[in-house]
Order: sequence, then structure tokens, then C-alpha cells
Amino acid sequence: MAKILLEMKNITKTFPGVKALDNVNLQVEEGEIHALVGENGAGKSTLMNVLSGIYPYGTYEGDIIYNGQVCKFNNIKDSERLGIVIIHQELALVPEMTIGENMYLGNECGHKFAINWNKTYSEADKYLKMVGLEESSKIQVKTIGTGKQQLVEIAKALAKKAKLLILDEPTSSLNEEDSRALLDLMLSFKKQGMTMIIITHKLNEVSYVADKITVIRDGTTIETIDNHGKEPVSEERIIKGMVGREITNRFPKRENVKIGPIRMEVDHWTVHHPLYPERKVVDDVSLNVRQGEVVGIYGLMGAGRTELAMSIFGQSYGVNFSGELKIDGKPIKLRKSESDAIRHKIAYVTEDRKGNGLVLSQSIKVNTSLANLDAISKNTVIDGDKEYAVAEEYRDKLKIKTPSVEQLVGNLSGGNQQKVLLAKWMFAEPDILLLDEPTRGIDVGAKYEIYCIINDLAAAGKCVVLISSELPEVLGMSDRIYIMNEAKIIGEMKAEDATQENIMAAILRSGRGA
Amino acid sequence: MEKKSISAILKKNAMLIVLVLVYLFFLILTKGGIFKPSSFTELINQNAYVYILGTGMLMCMLTGGNIDLSCGAFVCLLGALGGVFMIVQGLSTGVSILLLLAIGVVYGVVLGFLIAYVHIPPWIATLAGFLSFRGLGTSILSANSKTGSLAPFPVSFQNLFYGRVFPSEKGVFNWPCFIFGLLMAALVVLVIFTTRKNRLAKGYEADSMKSAALKSGLGAAVIILVMTRLSLDGGIPTTLLWVAGIVLIYSFITSKTTIGRHFYVVGGNMEAARLSGVNTRRIMFLAYLNMAILTAIATFTVVARSQSAYADVGKNFEMDAISACVVGGVSASGGAGTVLGMVIGATLIGVINLGMSLISLDANYQRVVKGFVLLAAVVFDILSKQKQK
Repeated sequence: MAKILLEMKNITKTFPGVKALDNVNLQVEEGEIHALVGENGAGKSTLMNVLSGIYPYGTYEGDIIYNGQVCKFNNIKDSERLGIVIIHQELALVPEMTIGENMYLGNECGHKFAINWNKTYSEADKYLKMVGLEESSKIQVKTIGTGKQQLVEIAKALAKKAKLLILDEPTSSLNEEDSRALLDLMLSFKKQGMTMIIITHKLNEVSYVADKITVIRDGTTIETIDNHGKEPVSEERIIKGMVGREITNRFPKRENVKIGPIRMEVDHWTVHHPLYPERKVVDDVSLNVRQGEVVGIYGLMGAGRTELAMSIFGQSYGVNFSGELKIDGKPIKLRKSESDAIRHKIAYVTEDRKGNGLVLSQSIKVNTSLANLDAISKNTVIDGDKEYAVAEEYRDKLKIKTPSVEQLVGNLSGGNQQKVLLAKWMFAEPDILLLDEPTRGIDVGAKYEIYCIINDLAAAGKCVVLISSELPEVLGMSDRIYIMNEAKIIGEMKAEDATQENIMAAILRSGRGA
Repeated sequence: MEKKSISAILKKNAMLIVLVLVYLFFLILTKGGIFKPSSFTELINQNAYVYILGTGMLMCMLTGGNIDLSCGAFVCLLGALGGVFMIVQGLSTGVSILLLLAIGVVYGVVLGFLIAYVHIPPWIATLAGFLSFRGLGTSILSANSKTGSLAPFPVSFQNLFYGRVFPSEKGVFNWPCFIFGLLMAALVVLVIFTTRKNRLAKGYEADSMKSAALKSGLGAAVIILVMTRLSLDGGIPTTLLWVAGIVLIYSFITSKTTIGRHFYVVGGNMEAARLSGVNTRRIMFLAYLNMAILTAIATFTVVARSQSAYADVGKNFEMDAISACVVGGVSASGGAGTVLGMVIGATLIGVINLGMSLISLDANYQRVVKGFVLLAAVVFDILSKQKQK
């Protein structure tokens, strides 16, 4: 049996109000590729942040034993000194700088006061060769594609003399070909004795490269599966571990479900990335929503769900749109305008309530009325009393817990903020609500209340599109489910036919078939 | 309604209290000189441009801490052009004013377009004006005058922007001014009490009787005091009407209208505003268009007061306007601040300036004091906000 290089023992990490990790154990042998799988929010990234010292020693419980020694990392530098290097999901390269500058960023070689550029670039070239890049290290990072940028990240890690390399979803922004090249590169590193941990959602990649697979669910280790058998571990086997939680009564029952005619239709909808116009973020999507229906859109992060919703909402995201949007059978003229979308009674409730949903420095009252100021004003003069009354009404309706509607939204809890966000859009009186991760980051009680609101909206004849990366939520709430992966709709299921397993399987099939 | 603690009231009105204290300080130091009727007129005339530019700057800053560096230099250019129109060409006052306003609109449209639609960072877009307008203004002046300044402006122009309404001899009590003051004071009391009554009738939160009485009493007292002093100094300065008109209009816009609300939410969270259907570009455009128009009006008051257009007119005006806003509690990152706050900030700086010149403090030291007051005000503001958390 090979030597255990890394052991994480009984790691428990608590954030205010949430236990992100609960007694997690992980053992990594020297020279193996260890895969870490689990749903979004299961705690994979938190675990790796503990390992790399982003959460310093003392903020978690349990031990990290590396090379036989108990480690007490205070920051990333401490863990990197021992050769533990993490490559994050979002590329952390500075586009304007050269490859060489990026590789030695914060780790500059040379004298304390003067960088030795000759050494920097010659060393950088050496590591670039190791990852199979022919480019000179003197060109700017922005001139190479994302696939190659990912390789630069790896070269950068090698330059830090990595012994244990952690790759957090390294292929999430790569196409099939680049992904395969990257995985093969990992296998060749393994031959040279490197130890690696890979976090990924793509289970086909897991069975391709991993020696062992550890499944994490809801902050605890479920199992570690050995991938050395004659047959590679089946994906169904991994999925079972990933989603195997029981669904109890977490969702309120839908009452008097009356599904009417189609209200909104999207036909062959294609949207391109605003910065990389050659990349499609929504690819030939067609879907429809009926009156009084809750339509779920499930997909992993980065599948293009948010991009789809935002592009429908007045083309507020993306460039080079094509396709058709019909409301009540009538095509809507394409225009880049959010107020246009609101006029057509579409609402987009963002997943990022703090970033682009609410004005935190303003009161509940101001936020509630924001999307429909005209309703409380006459000749553009706001009727302050009416505004107050509206805010009070929604505070009661949505049970927003606050002493006063004059309270600043920034002072509210996540669940209450989410309710204010919903209040804003309900006051705008839309017919079609695009809800993007409406329960992200809020506690179970508040989630239940939000679900009740969603059901009420549907019962009132609104069309609700529920976008979520939580499978149980989509299954528990929707009448119909679209499955989205890699910018495409890859499946449509009725709620009664859908199960966690067949949705996951559909996603995996599409990933492999591409 | 819960009772507000005294400390909360103090915190909320901190700058106002500082203003009163500074005023009392100079009252003692100048042995009452700052309370002379002429000091009141002086305070208003000297600072009219700060209030007007401060209002424009406030609208820019609300959109996200954006500033206009070019307004001081633009004052110089407009002043020079005004001199050419009125003095060299002999155009009538009315035509000249309209021409200057039109030039303001043209600059505002260009600037607003560059900032809102071409996405040039405001400080860079306005830096161009800052650098070039004074040069342009000075060259116009020297082309039209040997001394490099144009004077005097027509009497009708001066009466409009640096005159008196119903003028009387100094020392003779000016009844129209006093009666106007009484009317304004009555209006303040009326507005406060009717608002309260309406709110109570509809069952909403309202000020307590005591605080409403205190507010209206203090407001009315200050207005009557100021107007009584002005009555002894020849009557209402026309600048007061211009300033009061602009301040009232913009108070109303910022606090009561949808467009005013849009300025706040754009500064509070640009993305959230955009996704709520607010035309964020239009707001940015309007902020700078408005600033240019107000700069034209500020130019009138300044040129009328100095009775001439010269190369140095408008120097550092942009900084005065920004200071007034910042001291008045306007957030340097946008989304927060009121016209009333800016007025208090501008008055505070004005009182300090006037007080220092009354005790004939060296001009260089005056700058030192101003610099420190500005810093102290902002530090004080930030610290008091941190404690609230």
C-alpha cells in the first residue's frame, strides 16, 4: 500500500448559522488522482479552502496531516511552501500581463528589489513545455484561449513546486477536446509521481482519471469508492451517493392547480457571451410556459440558465441575439431594454440579490416600489403615503420580519432580503416571473415560505419559471422540468416522470455525447 | 413609534450643530462682526455659486460618486463669452443670457453623451474641459481687451444677478423683505403641520407634536432672523432668490419625484437599478446636462458680482462645490445625500471663509484651515456612521 500523503481528519467548519462541513474525512495516497464529487454547496470547495489555508488554522476543527505532520496553515503561502497548490475554478490570471509575469505573480524570482526577468521567462518557458504549451511566456495572457489559460494556471502551479495539486472544476469552461487534453496531462503527471485532487461535476471525467472517488453530501463524507476494479465505477453508482438524501416534506403542496394556455414561448433562442462573442452562452433554446404553471429549469452552475433568463428579460445579458420571443402567441420585437420587458409583464428575480437585485443602502420601501414607481406616482411626483402603504402591504403579505419598512435592506437577513426582492417584482405585477435561484443562501424556514409564495403566484394564474441548481427543489416545486446543460436544453420532463437519477443521467449523457 | 434618543438626534444633525458652534465661535472672535446685516448679504452673495454648483455636483455625485472637474473652467469660458456678447457686441441682456444657457446645454449634451453612452469615466471626460476651457476663455478675453478682462457688465444684468428686490437705503428697515420672510416662515410651519396631519389622518407614522413644533419653530425662527437682518441691509439680494429657488426645486426633485429616486438607486446599485427598468444611461446623461446648465447660472451670479470677466474667475470652483457636498454628508460613493445637507455644508464653509476674512487671517492660513475642516468633517461623518452599525 502506498504512503498516505494527505489526511484530513474530522474536519468541521461552521459559518454563522450554517455547518458547512461536519466531520469530513479525506485520505489521499501519494501519486494518485483523487476525485471529490458532490452537488453544488455540498462543501467541496470549503474543504479545499480549509486545506489550502484560505480558512486559517483555528477557524475549523479537526486535523490536516500532510506528509506525516500536523499542519497549521495561516494562509495560502504556508500551504504552498509545502507544495499544496490549488487552482481555482475561476481563472485568476491578469489578462493584460504576460504569461511569465502571471506565473510568477506574488512569487517573483530575483532580488528583493529587482525582478530577474531573464530567469523569470526562461523558467516560465520550461514549465510551459511541461504542460505542452508551445507559446512564448512573453505574450499577453489575453491573447490565448481559455483552454490554454487553464494550462498556464497549471504551469503556474508547477512553478510553485507543487507536490499536491488541487484542481477545482478545471474543465468547467473548456470544450470537450481541451478537457480531454487536460485530463491526459493529469494522467501523465501522475506517471511522474504527482498527487492530485480534482473537483468536478463531470462524472465521465471522474471515472476516466480518478483512482479514488470521495463523495461529499451536505457537508459530510458519504463514502470513498475505489476506481481500480476491472470495470470503471458506473456513473449511476456515483450519482446514488451524490443525491441519496431523502426528500421529506420540504415543499408545500400545490393546491387548485389550473394550467392554462401557453403564455410565453421562446423559439431557437441563441445568445453570445458579451466579452467573447464567439462563445454561445445560450444555444438554440426553445421552451414554453403556460398560465398557472411552475416550470423548472435545472442545470449545473455555468449551464447557461441565468444567461437564458436574463436574455429573455429585455436582453439584459449577452450580445448577438437570435431567435424569437412570443407572448400570448404574438412575437415581441427584440429590443435591448429592461423597461420594455417590464412593460410586457416579464419579471426577472435575480440569483444575486446583493449584487444586482437590491439597493442595500436604501429602505425596504424604496426597494419595493423601484420596479413600478409609476404606480405610486402622479406626473412623476411620488406619493410618499401611497408608497408607504404599498410597502406595508407587501411586508404583511410576504411576512418580512422588520420593525419598519423604513429599515435599510442591507440590515436584513438573507431570507428577508429575498422576500423584499420578490416583493419588488410582485408589485411590478408581472404575468411571467423568471425566478433565478430564489432560495439560494437562505435557511430552511425562509425557503418554505418562499415556496408558498411561488405556489400562490402560480395559483393566481402567473407563469413561473423556477431556475435552480438544487434538484430536490426543482422536483418538489415544478409541474414540468427543462434540463439545461452547456448552453442547451437537453431534455424536458413532466414532474411525475422526473427523478433525481434520470435528470442527472440526462446531463451526463449529453456531456459525453458532445 | 419609539422615542428617538438624544444622541440619535445629535448624530443625525451633527453638521447642523457644528455649523451653529462654528458660527458662535466666530461671533465671539469677530466681536459680533459676523452678525452685522452686511455680513448676511455678503455670506449669500459670496457663496451663491457654491450653492448652485453644489446642487449640480450633488446630482452628479448621487449617481455613484461622479464629479465634474470642468465647472470652474467652464465658468471662466462662459464669463468671457458673456463679456463678448454684452460688452463687446452690445447684445441685450436677455439675448446674452439665452445664448450662454444654450452654450451650457450644448456642452452638457456633449459631456453627458460621452459619459453616459461612450462610457468615458466622468473625471477624465471633465478633465478635458478643466484643462481647455480656461485657456479658451483667457484667449477670448485677451483678443477682446488689452487688460485681459472685460468690464463693466450692463446694469440690467447686474440688477438681475447682484441686485436687490425693492431696494432701500442701508439701515432703513425694508418692509417687503421682512414680510417676505414672515410669509416664508409661515409656509414652513404650514407645510410641516399639514404633512403631519395628512399622515396621521391616513394612519401612518408621523412626527410627534413636540418634534413637529420644534422643527417648524426652529425653521421659522432662522428664516425670520435672516430676513430681519437683510431688511436692515437694503432688502432681499436677488442672489438669494436664485439660490433659494434652485435649492427648493432640487430638494423637491430629489425627494419627491421618480427621476430623483432614480438618481439615488443608480448610485446605490447601478445593476439593480438597470434590472428594475431604470434607464441608467439617461440618468448619467441628465446629471451632466444639468450640471452644465447650473454652471451657466452660477456664472451669472459670479460675473455680476465681480462686474467683470477675467482669466482667474471660477478658479477652484469645482473643488468648492465638491467640498460643500462632502461636508454636507453626500456619499463619495454615491446613492446618499440631500440638497439640504449640501446647503448646510456650503454654509459651513461659507461661514468659515467669512469669519476668517473678518478677523483678517492670512490667506494662506485660510487655505490650511479649510483643508483641515474638510478632512475633519469627512472623518467625523464616517466615524459616526461606523458607530451606528
